[in-house]
Amino acid sequence: MDLILMQLFNGLSVSSILLLAALGLAITFGLMGIINMAHGEFIMIGAYTAYVVQNVWKSVFPESSSDIYFLLEMIAAFFVTAIVGLILERLIIRHLYGRALDSLLVTWGISLVLQQAVRSIFGPANVSVSAPAFLDKNIQVTGMFAMSGKRLFILALAVVCCTLIALMMYKTKQGRNIRAAMQNRDMAASLGVNTAKCDMITFAVGSGFAGIAGCAITFLGPIGPTIGQSYIVDAFMTVVVGGVGKIIGCITGATIIGVGGPTFEFFTSASLGKVMIFIVVIIILQFKPKGIFSMHSRALDD
Amino acid sequence: MQIKDIQKEKRLSGKMKLALLIFIFLATAPLYMSSFRVTMLGKYMCFALIALGIDMIWGYTGILSLGHGVYFGLGAYCMAMHLKLEASDGALPDFMAWSAVEKLPAFWAPFQSSAFTLFSIVLIPVIFAAVIGSLTFLNRIKGVFFCILSQALAFALATFMIGRQEYFGGSNGLTNFTTLFGHAVNDPVTKTVLFYLTLISLIAAFALCMKIVNSRAGRVLVATRDAENRLRFTGYSPAVYKVFVYCLSAALAGIAGALYVPQVGIISPTDINIAPSTEMVIWVAVGGKSTLVGAILGALVVNFAKSLVSEQFPAVWQFFIGALFIAVILFFPAGLISIKDLPAKIRSFIKKRADTGEAEDKKQAGTNAKAKSDNGLFSNKKPVTVTSVKVSKGDGQ
Repeated sequence: MDLILMQLFNGLSVSSILLLAALGLAITFGLMGIINMAHGEFIMIGAYTAYVVQNVWKSVFPESSSDIYFLLEMIAAFFVTAIVGLILERLIIRHLYGRALDSLLVTWGISLVLQQAVRSIFGPANVSVSAPAFLDKNIQVTGMFAMSGKRLFILALAVVCCTLIALMMYKTKQGRNIRAAMQNRDMAASLGVNTAKCDMITFAVGSGFAGIAGCAITFLGPIGPTIGQSYIVDAFMTVVVGGVGKIIGCITGATIIGVGGPTFEFFTSASLGKVMIFIVVIIILQFKPKGIFSMHSRALDD
Repeated sequence: MQIKDIQKEKRLSGKMKLALLIFIFLATAPLYMSSFRVTMLGKYMCFALIALGIDMIWGYTGILSLGHGVYFGLGAYCMAMHLKLEASDGALPDFMAWSAVEKLPAFWAPFQSSAFTLFSIVLIPVIFAAVIGSLTFLNRIKGVFFCILSQALAFALATFMIGRQEYFGGSNGLTNFTTLFGHAVNDPVTKTVLFYLTLISLIAAFALCMKIVNSRAGRVLVATRDAENRLRFTGYSPAVYKVFVYCLSAALAGIAGALYVPQVGIISPTDINIAPSTEMVIWVAVGGKSTLVGAILGALVVNFAKSLVSEQFPAVWQFFIGALFIAVILFFPAGLISIKDLPAKIRSFIKKRADTGEAEDKKQAGTNAKAKSDNGLFSNKKPVTVTSVKVSKGDGQ
């Protein structure tokens, strides 16, 4: 029983990171038809932002204040990656709307450049960010099953971020515009929605959440220039399984892959776990070729 | 119409000339290049073979597969397993002894036979591709969804190979080969034979792809790329053609892998993971997709540039290839192959301008020009295709 609970908790904590990573992807894909392969590198930039903030803070303020700066890390990670995303959107991605396959290759190129840039600046070795002390505690639930404070925090963070995105998409005017542009771009534009502005905002916000995901993974272990690569494939699988453009789809996809992965790995081995997850995704797509919660459309081609 | 046809023929023959030039260069390379460079060229020709397959599926059929490293790897591992067994000469391969495997796993046993190995090089990738292809294309999983799945496939296979140290040598891969069908792999004669074998395979694959592209099936492939729904309405099943072309490209990649292993001497999961699989696509993009000779040219040029740049400045290569991805797709979608066309295009453009200028001099200029410009405007417009019409579900009855 404890073992099952432990597996479930581990799975959920993987899911929450995937969810944070996939939210931005799903929205940009749904809205603009852009497959952003550089999203993993946004995660990496977020993580390195946290690293920089930590070092600056430590050099300026006394050691005792170290419990506060992680909030600053999050905010900085969000804004830095959002700005990087915004710049890339204006410079490059803007020219690729509706050309999904091309966007995939171009953003792959961007990801290589960003990786190498970070490697040149910070060096190829992994660096570590220290998590605030109060997250180091574990919460003992039953005899063997303890929840790590860090992982609980990431879980809560994912819930907060999801709520924020849901509020933004469903309760604000801008969110309504974004959803309108997603469902029928031409019609939305005819009715006076500034779709270019929607694209900009969505891309920046999506990138920003990748930054927060990056900040969160610094709590779990050391980070390196290629850390984004280890999340990007799973994040894309999340989007594919869950369906494009709906938050509930993202949550479902993240849960399936996040909980499924560690569970398979537990019963078989780490190497077979990835293969099993791939098979599960293929099976799900046999019945739902566009993901579990896809946006309904009568168009022939989507 | 006639002029257009002649022009088309001329352009085709230009590409054939380029292909001929490349093949002659490759065939004569051992005469004036150091053996180190020749081995490198042999490796690039294997890559060109993969590029041909990717061009068939991406350039002609419009399916972007980011997991071709898988098929390359399957072919390569089949060959490597045979070589490994040859090298260990009846005993267990060295890496198995290290991971305390006591007897040869059952799936290794058939690779002792050279005939089986030669068949498996093509058959295993094709069977694998047929399974993956029918599971995806028959269910109309397409476009980006297929891309992501193919990428995940490469990732899953590479992770699997790394994890199964005892069966596939883990992240070290398979290496330390001695003989190939009884001939020492380091022997210059074997190397030369392998080089020309690769060249012959490349030429044969080129001819085969050329034949397919110019056949009716080739037209269907292009139609799948350009207007899949229209094709379906006409009564074709695009999925069958997609599975076919996917299997074809898998076979080419498998053969490439098998030729790669004895020449390079190692195959490891790093060679089949996501990054190399994606790089394969950029070879085709740089050379010029939808032209077979472009794929070959791209694979040769990009890899040659890669060794030149990464020999001199290793850190710059990743910047370079990243920028190449961005620049080629954004600004230069037709690839290297169109560089040669550029002056001709400009010349014909100028000539056309001159012709119309003369015509306008003879006739009344004003109305004629207006009609022409209207015409031009209209022809510039994107034609309305069936695919852009939204059909409601209840309409068909």
